[in-house]
Amino acid sequence: MSDKPFRVLPRVYAGNEHFWRGGKDGRLQFLRCRACQTWIHPHAPLCPSCYGKDLGVEAASGLGSVATFTLNHQPWVPAPDHPYAIAIVELDEQPGLRLMTNVVNCPAEAVRIGMRVRAVFEEHGDGDVWIPLFEPLEEPA
Amino acid sequence: MSAAPHALEGRASITGAGQSDIGRRLGRDPLELTLDACLAAIEDAGLTPRDIDGLSTYPGGGGGPPGFTGAGVTEVHDALRLELDWFSGGIERPGQLGAVIDACAAVAMGLAKHVLVFRSVWEGTAQGKGGRQGIGVGGGGGGGGYRASGLPMEYTLPFRAYSAANWIAMNAQRHFHEYGTTREQLAWIALNARRNAALNPKAVYRDPMSLDDYFAARMISTPFCLYDCDVPCDGATAVIVSRSELAPDMRRDALRVEAVGSALRGRPSWDQFDDLTTMALRDAGTMLWERTDLEPADVDVAELYDGFSFIALAWLEALGFCGKGEGGPFIEGGARIARDGEIPLNTNGGQLSGGRLHGYGFIHEACVQLWGEAGERQVPGDPRVGVAAAGGGPLGGCLLLVRD
Repeated sequence: MSDKPFRVLPRVYAGNEHFWRGGKDGRLQFLRCRACQTWIHPHAPLCPSCYGKDLGVEAASGLGSVATFTLNHQPWVPAPDHPYAIAIVELDEQPGLRLMTNVVNCPAEAVRIGMRVRAVFEEHGDGDVWIPLFEPLEEPA
Repeated sequence: MSAAPHALEGRASITGAGQSDIGRRLGRDPLELTLDACLAAIEDAGLTPRDIDGLSTYPGGGGGPPGFTGAGVTEVHDALRLELDWFSGGIERPGQLGAVIDACAAVAMGLAKHVLVFRSVWEGTAQGKGGRQGIGVGGGGGGGGYRASGLPMEYTLPFRAYSAANWIAMNAQRHFHEYGTTREQLAWIALNARRNAALNPKAVYRDPMSLDDYFAARMISTPFCLYDCDVPCDGATAVIVSRSELAPDMRRDALRVEAVGSALRGRPSWDQFDDLTTMALRDAGTMLWERTDLEPADVDVAELYDGFSFIALAWLEALGFCGKGEGGPFIEGGARIARDGEIPLNTNGGQLSGGRLHGYGFIHEACVQLWGEAGERQVPGDPRVGVAAAGGGPLGGCLLLVRD
């Protein structure tokens, strides 16, 4: 990846470490209920579906689709790459398993709703945080 | 008109409204502005501070982005030496107008007779001369070792989504995708607001705006250009919520609270709510009509939150002024939402042109219109039913007001 933009980094703690550091090993990780298999995001101490507490960390495929997006032009922070694409990506694992993210490694103007994407990670803070981003997925012809 | 069947509605009425000076950057003490509005509302109701036994506000004092709140319950309570039986200030409620809905509940349940409800902002002055600031990156520099924590910051700021402009833009984009809504249509929220602001002496931006002006404006976050975003300002608003049984002896025609909408039946989140095209205000709008025999066609004036233009469109749909997904064609050309149209919208210029009073400009304007005191911008036909609504994203609250 080319020059990394400035980012406000998340505070990493025991509850969210799987999400923000899974990228070190190329894994997009979430909590998942072992009883009813529900994927959970953001993290919570119990399953919102069955209220069970037997939760484990699991890697998703990292594949999903752009549910919506915006191209940010406003220089909230000086950056060389305006406009950049902010998106909400819905993952293949479960309807509604979504996260806000950026679509990278393509022109911002090429981003579309429904576009197939896959997770990539951008390291920040000397290895403290791996930000999960998405790039276009080259589907087999 | 039938009285509402519920315990809350019918028992609460708005009996006074007041507003401070409003300006892009007034450079005044925000508590002074707040008290100006409070005293104006008390006087408007024909009361004195001694009559006020309840106090309610959003979001309460302290914290938040620069200028987000000019005063909390404590400051106003002490400055006016109020003698209170009930008071409440806070941000975790159904949108900005949740503080008004709480006041209605308080008088209906007999906890207070006259509740002073206020909202005060000084974002114009607090943000200084530069552009509108992003969250967590004050001054445009960013950094300083700040780490995002808690919701929604932890899962938005690391993705360079520093503003609700970004978050709501994604709701709009999804609406465009599902329903074919266009910028040419969305523009009419902004153009309608500006033509109404031209007739409001307190509006921040009053110069005429054309569709060409709209398309010439710089982009902020697609599909939002500058004119899709409200303008930070300084100003305070207050209303008096009284027990309805006391209203006949008061100065004004009471505006009875016919119904409220405070529901949030989906996830309380900017990005996790089930339907990205509606946002939480869908539930508040649905609840409002569940609590009254009136219908959208009975409404004479609609004052609907336009922190970003798309939010007003979403409220039009949520409140049933048009079908779901039909907001674009409904507002296109601006005739239906004009002051003499089917449903006059944001008759004071909204927040887009009137100034970002953060929800309370809408309830103030609804009151003024129903009292027939809106001057040049008064809608014709002796309006008797008005709706005020505030909030976007996970925020949403609304009230239906009736002058009997």
